[in-house]
Amino acid sequence: MEIFMSVLIGFLFMAAVYLMLSKSLLRIIIGTAVLSHGAHLLILTMGGLGGRKPPVVAEGVTVADYADPLPQALILTAIVISFAVTSFFLVLAYRAYQELGTDNVNLMRGTEDYD
Amino acid sequence: MINLPLIPLLIPMLFAVILLFFPKRIILQRAVATGALALTVLASFWLIYEVYTGGILAVTLGSWPAPFGITLVSDLFSALLVSTSSIITLFVVLYSFESIRKEREKFYYYPGVLFLLTGVNGAFTTGDIFNLFVFVEVLLMASYLLIVLGGEKAQLRESIKYILVNVISSALFVSAVAYLYSVTGTLSMADLAVKIPQIEAVGILTVIAVLFLVVFGFKGAIFPLYFWLPGSYHAPPMPVLALFGALLTKVGVYAIIRTYTLFFTMNTGYTHELLSIVALLTIAAGCIGALAYFDVKKIIVYNIIIAVGVILFGAAQLTEAGIDGAIFYLIHDMMIKAALFFLVGIVAILFGTSDLRKMGGLMKTRPALGWFYLIAAFGLAGIPPLSGFPGKLLIVQGGFEDLKLWGSLFVLASSLLVLMSVIRIFLYAFWGDPVETVKIKEPVFRRMFYPAAGMVILTIVLGAGAEWFMPLISGAGEVLLNPSFYIDAVLKE
Amino acid sequence: MRSNDVIIQTATKAVVFIILLFAIYIFFAGHYSPGGGFVGGLLAAGALVLLMLAFDIETVNRIIPVDYVQIAAAGLLISLGTAAASILFGVPFFTHAHTYVYLPLLGKTSFHSATLFDLGVFLVVVGVTMIIIQTIGEDE
Repeated sequence: MEIFMSVLIGFLFMAAVYLMLSKSLLRIIIGTAVLSHGAHLLILTMGGLGGRKPPVVAEGVTVADYADPLPQALILTAIVISFAVTSFFLVLAYRAYQELGTDNVNLMRGTEDYD
Repeated sequence: MINLPLIPLLIPMLFAVILLFFPKRIILQRAVATGALALTVLASFWLIYEVYTGGILAVTLGSWPAPFGITLVSDLFSALLVSTSSIITLFVVLYSFESIRKEREKFYYYPGVLFLLTGVNGAFTTGDIFNLFVFVEVLLMASYLLIVLGGEKAQLRESIKYILVNVISSALFVSAVAYLYSVTGTLSMADLAVKIPQIEAVGILTVIAVLFLVVFGFKGAIFPLYFWLPGSYHAPPMPVLALFGALLTKVGVYAIIRTYTLFFTMNTGYTHELLSIVALLTIAAGCIGALAYFDVKKIIVYNIIIAVGVILFGAAQLTEAGIDGAIFYLIHDMMIKAALFFLVGIVAILFGTSDLRKMGGLMKTRPALGWFYLIAAFGLAGIPPLSGFPGKLLIVQGGFEDLKLWGSLFVLASSLLVLMSVIRIFLYAFWGDPVETVKIKEPVFRRMFYPAAGMVILTIVLGAGAEWFMPLISGAGEVLLNPSFYIDAVLKE
Repeated sequence: MRSNDVIIQTATKAVVFIILLFAIYIFFAGHYSPGGGFVGGLLAAGALVLLMLAFDIETVNRIIPVDYVQIAAAGLLISLGTAAASILFGVPFFTHAHTYVYLPLLGKTSFHSATLFDLGVFLVVVGVTMIIIQTIGEDE
């Protein structure tokens, strides 16, 4: 299962890099979202996949049959942060599109106000 | 008081939240922000006093036992940095009154600054590597707000690049934390310092250490990863730039120093060697940039990069002189950069441009500004008895002790280039034929000039009174060189 | 062009209240089972967004005339206050207090200061989500 997850994470990172190298701002933002999803899955995998075991220690539950809760907590935090950053980025891209009249990052390279 | 390490980050956060309720009342916003920062500064002095007299303070949130909960740790190093950043933020807010424009003040500028300080102080205080990520994100979110605030075209364009770079480095940060967790099974820095020496797979730990260097290098602008900095730091208005230049890169530098002295010490022959080479390359790249431009903002921005290199060269030595020098130089650099940005900001406002070639003759009309700029410039280059000197002296001395002769000579040579780059501003802007300046009212000028002059005076105090501060600095260095103090303080129960 | 939205408007009038009720359920369920302030807040924000889709943004702003920045700020204040209250008791920040009380009808109920913290999270999530939606939605 870990191997499968590793391949999936690699695929997500690959897709993210491909998207981020494109010129359209929207694709770049989707790329960053995919990149952070890859990173989140990486935490889960690196913490050891618990299968269907619950991350709760109760009576009669030994360490062997419970999932490590820490990676799950870390992912939740990281997801919330990337949610916030992505939505900020989207609003910013929208504003930039309105102000600059383009979503092509090649055309945003302007240097008119500094030399 | 058990929660003392938290106070310097709770005060700005609480007042930032309160400020969100009445964004349009500018006078009240200014008063509350200034009061909150003054309180923060007082709290951070109290923190230094307690840490200096009573040893390292550690509090584990939620009353969890130490390696399992998130620990916030104040040793002298972090307490000193917390105080420095609080003082600088206070001066930035005072300087902002006249230089930031009303529409920004009405649009959550002061809450943004306070949230930024929350993140910075949190990052300096936390003793948990994932919590460090969270605090870095807090300060980054605040910096995203501050960098686009105003919505000018250049700001929108540059902030997109800034955010993109930071999103990528955050994803790398999360990945690096994941690898570290899978190898060590813990994220508490003190616990990492206990566990890492017991792990035999030094190779993979070295890879993780270098990955963290890349992550923090993005934030701290080290050699190949500084490319985003000059463009992004060019866009925002001067007070924001002063805040970013003084604090943001220093968080990355702090994180490198902390991790590379506390627990990534398993393979110093590789990692610290790499760090000192990268540091020297950073200095070289910064010098080239600082000499190449005719834009006052760019020149000072490239000087940030040079300073990062000097500090990391000192930190990479792991000797007493090198570490003490790095700490001193870090504190000095935060203050002097804020002072320089303030002064250069006034110059840019007076001439209505940041292009050196369109300036001249300011010494005749504003002599005080010229003299303070000259003092700040000499301080930056490290001319005794100003504040750049003791730090650089210790770093160079550490380099000689550590048989890094050429590195030390390189740092010394770079000082001359630094001096040349900032004196060029002096020559162009203050000497020469007077150029028409923008008319600004005398009280407005004074309200911008006094915070700047105050900052310069603080750096003079730091330099001339280095002897008084040395016990604090060497106390901070002692903890960095002996991780066992840190470990014992956190895992005492 | 104005399309005919009788169906979505009629359905929304009923569904919005169900979603809001479910959001509150999820919020309280979060204490011992999946749920909590974050998910509950997202659901509640979802209900408000549905209202905005079915009617238009001005109508909704007229019906619910609140400044979402203040909602988010109030939420932050509640969360921060709950966590900081531990400072007054001289225990580490974020330490929670809980107790059991017997309420009529409900029987033995657990009272936990974490619920108050979660209420803050709920408000922050509703506030922030609505700010984002309004920012993008308002300038057509």
